[in-house]
Amino acid sequence: MSANIQEEIVTTSKQPALSKKVEFSLFFEVRNGNPNGDPDAGNMPRIDPETGYGIVTDVCLKRKVRNFIELTRAGEEGFNIYVTEGGVLNEQHRRAYRAVRPHNADSKELKPKDAEEAALLTEWMCNNFFDIRTFGAVMTTKVNTGQVRGPVQFTFARSIDPIFAQEVTITRQAVTQEGVDKDREMGRKHVIPYALYRMDGYISAYLAEKTGFTDGDLEILLEALRNLFEHDRSAARGQMAVRKLVVFEHSSKLGNAPAHRLFDLVKVRKTVEGPVRSFEDYSFEVDKDNTPDGVRLIELE
Amino acid sequence: MGYGIKLHVWGDYACFTRPEMKVERVSYDVMTPSAARGILEAIHWKPAIRWVVDQIQVLNEIRFENIRRNEIENKIPISAIKNTMNGKNAVLEQVVTEERQQRATMMLKKPAYVIHAHFNITGSAGPEDTPEKHYNIFLRRARQGQCFHRPYLGCREFAAQFSLLESGDQSPSYYSGSGERDLGWILHDIDFSNGMTPHFFRATMRDGYIDVPDLTERK
Repeated sequence: MSANIQEEIVTTSKQPALSKKVEFSLFFEVRNGNPNGDPDAGNMPRIDPETGYGIVTDVCLKRKVRNFIELTRAGEEGFNIYVTEGGVLNEQHRRAYRAVRPHNADSKELKPKDAEEAALLTEWMCNNFFDIRTFGAVMTTKVNTGQVRGPVQFTFARSIDPIFAQEVTITRQAVTQEGVDKDREMGRKHVIPYALYRMDGYISAYLAEKTGFTDGDLEILLEALRNLFEHDRSAARGQMAVRKLVVFEHSSKLGNAPAHRLFDLVKVRKTVEGPVRSFEDYSFEVDKDNTPDGVRLIELE
Repeated sequence: MGYGIKLHVWGDYACFTRPEMKVERVSYDVMTPSAARGILEAIHWKPAIRWVVDQIQVLNEIRFENIRRNEIENKIPISAIKNTMNGKNAVLEQVVTEERQQRATMMLKKPAYVIHAHFNITGSAGPEDTPEKHYNIFLRRARQGQCFHRPYLGCREFAAQFSLLESGDQSPSYYSGSGERDLGWILHDIDFSNGMTPHFFRATMRDGYIDVPDLTERK
């Protein structure tokens, strides 16, 4: 039985899983916008109240990755997005999968034990959904294998310097309700004049093996990270852009150097007195000479 | 205990969620032994060994911060996956605008700990599974920063950095000389062999050190 499943797994996955440990640092800027509102603070930009540094949550950035994939790879096999933002009902696509993999339909045969079946369901979900393959997912089942940990781990992004959130009052020349005795309404926007954020992320080759996350998927993820805000324009966000993506590629699955030492290779300092208002006010120091043996440092602008 | 290790772990944030307050997550004051075990297992683990946490040293002051995030309210239903695999019409996507939940997390800020632990050889060990072998694998990985997957402090978004504390290294704690502090009942670990039963213990911090009782001893 298990040999049967193994065979199926081999035939359905196109490429071998990612073979190296990878870490990355993503630097993005916001200009006159709100990168991530805080629902506890009336949608003001998230801020560390003690230090004044800005925060963008991990889930906020994951959302953008999902949106990018959904937009650029719509309908492509294996690139569905599980957690979508709008109701995209591509049921027709789904049915097509059945035709592509008819042996999956004979599920009666694949039900001898709960654990094996759960593994098969997980496998199928990983093959079909990019976000499950990348970030993992929790699938309800009595068996523990229904939970997949994705190889890609995001953390909170923090600003390089304390941020200053400005409240902008705006007006609208129309009113919402009929019969109201006024001719315009006032609103509020919270913007950061300028801030540069850094997010460090981790990719485990071992967990990639479990979800079938391939080298090709890594390329697509990096493409998504580089273009994270290019298709996420809105009134609230202002001008956001990815400024730098530094990728640390180990030559082995276990890794060749501690992650914190790699992250320390990239230092950002502001070069002006007073408030920062553009990317040019920062200097990047990428200490390439001290990159540990077995680690490849790739700088993407 | 001959093969004890000391691992220094730290990060920006941590959330060791209290099971009684897990809807709006509230962290324990300190790392739980089960979270510490998870970190060790992220670096090296085989079915042949079982990590036992002996002591946790709290290095930084215990401080909290609150964050509220949009989350999804449901897990993926197995029945829907089965239906689509069988070619029936079923909605597989989760639409965030319809299944949105806002949840707060009371998390720890700038946590740093030293985990004192050792491992026992289990019944699944083969003839080649000597304690020396696993001890040396762990030491090598911890020294070089190698890990199976990135360890984390309670939740995956709170990644942990780690380095091996070689014997003789001293780490000053904010709580050195501060005396005794009762942390109440905290989760020790979950007994997976016995229907996922949680076990708790009364944690007391003395000068920054929390002694962890052996779970097997109490039974």
